[in-house]
Amino acid sequence: MRLEYTEPQKRFRAEIRDWLAANTPRETLPSFDTEAGFEQHRAWERKLFSGRWSAVTWPTEVGGRGCDLIEWLIFEEEYWRAGAPLRVNQNGVFLLAPTLMEYGTEEQKKRFLPRMASGEDIWAQGWSEPGAGSDLAAIRCKAALDGDHYVISGQKTWSTRAVWADWLFGLFRTDPDSQRHHGLTFILLPLNLPGITIRPIRQLNGLTGFAEIFFDEVKVPAVNRLGAEGQGWNVAMATAGFERGLMLRSPARFQQTARNLVQLCRENPAAAEADPVLRDQVVKGWMDAEAYALATYRTAGRLNRGAHIGAEASTNKIFWSELDLLMHETAMHLLGPRAELMPDAPDVAAGHWLDGFLFAQAGPIYAGTNEIQRNIIAERMLGLPRS
Amino acid sequence: MDFTFEDQQTAFRDAIRRFLMTEAAPEHLREIWETKSGRSTELRSKLADQGLTALSVPEEFGGIGLSDLDWVLVQQELGYYAIPDSLSDTAYLAVYLLTNMPADVALKREWLPRIASGKARVAVGHPVNPLVADAELADLLLLWHQDEVHALTPAQARLTFNPSIDMSRRLYRIEWTPSDKTRICPANAGRGLWEGVLDRAALAAASQLLGLAHRMLDLGIDHSAQRKQFGKPIGSFQAVKHHLADVAVKIEFAEPVVHRAAYSLARGHALAPVHVSHAKLAAGEAAWLSARKSIQVHGAMGYTWEADLQMFMKRAWALDASWGNRAFHKARVARFVLGNGAALGPDATFN
Ligand SMILES: Cc1cc2nc3c(=O)[nH]c(=O)nc-3n(C[C@H](O)[C@H](O)[C@H](O)COP(=O)(O)OP(=O)(O)OC[C@H]3O[C@@H](n4cnc5c(N)ncnc54)[C@H](O)[C@@H]3O)c2cc1C
Repeated sequence: MRLEYTEPQKRFRAEIRDWLAANTPRETLPSFDTEAGFEQHRAWERKLFSGRWSAVTWPTEVGGRGCDLIEWLIFEEEYWRAGAPLRVNQNGVFLLAPTLMEYGTEEQKKRFLPRMASGEDIWAQGWSEPGAGSDLAAIRCKAALDGDHYVISGQKTWSTRAVWADWLFGLFRTDPDSQRHHGLTFILLPLNLPGITIRPIRQLNGLTGFAEIFFDEVKVPAVNRLGAEGQGWNVAMATAGFERGLMLRSPARFQQTARNLVQLCRENPAAAEADPVLRDQVVKGWMDAEAYALATYRTAGRLNRGAHIGAEASTNKIFWSELDLLMHETAMHLLGPRAELMPDAPDVAAGHWLDGFLFAQAGPIYAGTNEIQRNIIAERMLGLPRS
Repeated sequence: MDFTFEDQQTAFRDAIRRFLMTEAAPEHLREIWETKSGRSTELRSKLADQGLTALSVPEEFGGIGLSDLDWVLVQQELGYYAIPDSLSDTAYLAVYLLTNMPADVALKREWLPRIASGKARVAVGHPVNPLVADAELADLLLLWHQDEVHALTPAQARLTFNPSIDMSRRLYRIEWTPSDKTRICPANAGRGLWEGVLDRAALAAASQLLGLAHRMLDLGIDHSAQRKQFGKPIGSFQAVKHHLADVAVKIEFAEPVVHRAAYSLARGHALAPVHVSHAKLAAGEAAWLSARKSIQVHGAMGYTWEADLQMFMKRAWALDASWGNRAFHKARVARFVLGNGAALGPDATFN
C-alpha cells in the first residue's frame, strides 16, 4: 500500500489543473437540457478534445491519453474542483466507448470513437421501453434483419440527451420468437433517420432532459450492430457494469458537493445551530464522500492489479445515490425558506442547490433502481437463493 | 498510489483466519465464558505461537516489528472471531506505549520481551474509558494520571469487577494512588503517547467492529439460506435480501476508511486522528446495522442465548462505546470538517 501520488501523477495533476484554469468557462453554461445549452456543451467537448482531455482513459490512437484509473480519478478531481461544465457526451465517452473497445470491429472503432471524442457525435442510450424498465429483458422494440439492413419498429423511452443527441445505442429484439434476454442485439443508429420521431419529455425541473423515441420501419445498416446478432444482452451488461462500476459517477462529484455543503453550513450558522442534526449531516456527508473516494481508489488499485469488478459494483450505485440525496436534503433544510427558489431567481446560489436536489431524486432510479441493485448484491455477492 | 495490501500481509491475515476458525469456534468461546477468569491461558499461548503477541514489538526486544497497517487486518479477524481476550491491549497498545517511552525507562527492557513471548498481560487505563479491561489478570497496569504514565501491579490497586453484557469483556474499576514510585513517564512526554494510544485503540476497535459486522452478516446469510418458511428458504424473500444487502453496502464503504486510518497512523499523517475517528464511526455504524438486521432475519432464534449471533452482537454494542464513544469521535471529525482552513474537496483526500 502506498497512498501518495507518484511524481508523474503529480505532474499529470498539475498539467490538467493548468489547462482547466486557462480554459474553463467563467460563467456557468446554460443547462444542456436546453437547445442553446446543448450546443455550448458540445463546443466545450470540442475544446476538451483540442487539449486531448475529452477521453483521457482511451488509447492515444483514438484521441485519448491511455490513462489508468488512478490518472482518471485525478483528472476527475481536477475537473470537478475547477467547476468545469457537465459532460454532455458522458453516455458516449464513459459508457459506450469501453464497450465499443471490447466488442467493436476495427472499422467501428475508427468510425465512431474519434467523432465521439471530439463531440461531433453526442450519444443517447436506448434501453428502457414503456413495458421494460427494471425488467429490461422485457424489451419488445424489434429490429428485423432484411438483407444488409435492420428494420426497426417500436418505442424506447426515458432516453437521456436524446432530444438533441446525434446517435443512439441500445438493445433491440432481433429474434421475434425469442424470450427474455435471448434474441436481443446491440445496435448503434443515427437519430436523424427517416421514420424516427423524438418526443421530448419534461422532467421535474421543467426541462426536457430525456425523450421518447418512436421507430416506424426505420432502416439501419446491419454493420451498425455491436457484437454478434442475438448476443446483445451480454454486450449490454458490459455497459451496465461500467456504468454502475466506476465511470458513471466519479467520487470527485460528491466531494465537491460535500465541500460546498460545508461552506453552506458555515454561511448559515443560525440554521445549523437551531437544528443541530443538520450540522451532523453535513459532517456525515463529508465522511461518506470521503469513503466513496477511498473505496474507488481501492477498486482502482485492484483493477490495476488485474482483478475484475463483480457484483460489488452494485454497492457503489446505492452508496453514491443515497449520499447525494443526504447532502442535498441537508442543503434544503439549511436553506429553509430560500430552498424553494428557482435557479433564475435573484438568489442564484439557492437555485443551484434546488437543481441538485431535484436531480438527486433520480439517482436511486436511473442506471438500475436501488432495489434492483439490492437484489443483485443479495444474489450475486452474498449468494442468497434466487426468488 | 496503490490502495491494496501486499501479498504477504494478506497471506498472514489468511493464516490467522484459518487458525482462529478452529481455535476460536463459538462452542469454545462459550466454554471460556463459563470459566472464572473468562480467559484461557491455552488460547493465549496459541495466539503467541502464531506470532500475535510479538507483532509490533521491535526486533531488538524479541518481536517482529510490524506496523499499524499489519495489525489492521489481524484486528478484523480478532473481531470476526470475537476472541475472548484483550490481546490487543497487551500486544498493540501496551507495546506502543512502552516502545515509544523515553529510552531510559527500564520497564521497556523488562516487559517488551515478555510480552513478545506471550508471557505477560498488560492492561491499559486511559481516561476516555471509565473502566479498565482485564485488569485483574494483568501482570502490569499502565495507567494515565494527568498525562503521566504510571506502572503498577494489580496488587497495588483496588479492583472492582463490573460485569458487561459481553461476557468476554472483563472490566474493572481501579482505585489507586499515583506516586513518584509508580510514575514511569512525565506528562510532557506522556501527552503524545496517550494520544497515540487512544488513536491505536480506537483503530483496533474500529477494525474489530468491521470484523464483527462481517461475521453477523455471514450468520444472517447462513441462517436465511437454511431456514425455510412458505416452502422456501427465507433468503429468497426480497425483504430479507434487502436487509442483508444494506449491511453489505455499509461494510463495503467502511472497510477502506479503516484501512486508510491504519495507513495514516503508520505514516504519522497529520490528519491521522481524524481518519481514525472517521473509521470508528463508519465501522460502528456497519456493526450496529449488521446486528439489527441479522437478529431480524434470525427471527425468534436471534433472541436466544443458544444462537451464536448473541456473542457478536454483544461484543459490537460494547466495543462501539469503548475508546471514545460516537459523540467523542463525531466531535473530532466535526472540528476538522467545520473548522476554518480545512482542506476539503475532490483533490484533498490524499494531499
Ligand atoms: C433521470 C433519468 C434518466 C434516465 N435515462 C435513461 C436513458 O438514458 N436510457 C434509458 O434507457 N433509460 C433511462 N432511464 C430509465 C431508467 O433506466 C428506468 O427508470 C429504471 O430502469 C426503472 O425503470 P422504470 O422507471 O420503468 O421503473 P419500474 O421498473 O416500473 O420500477 C418502479 C418501482 O418498482 C420497483 N421494482 C421494480 N421491479 C422490482 C423488483 N424486481 N424488485 C423490487 N423492486 C422492484 C423499482 O425499484 C421502483 O422503485 C432514466 C431514468 C431517469 C429517472
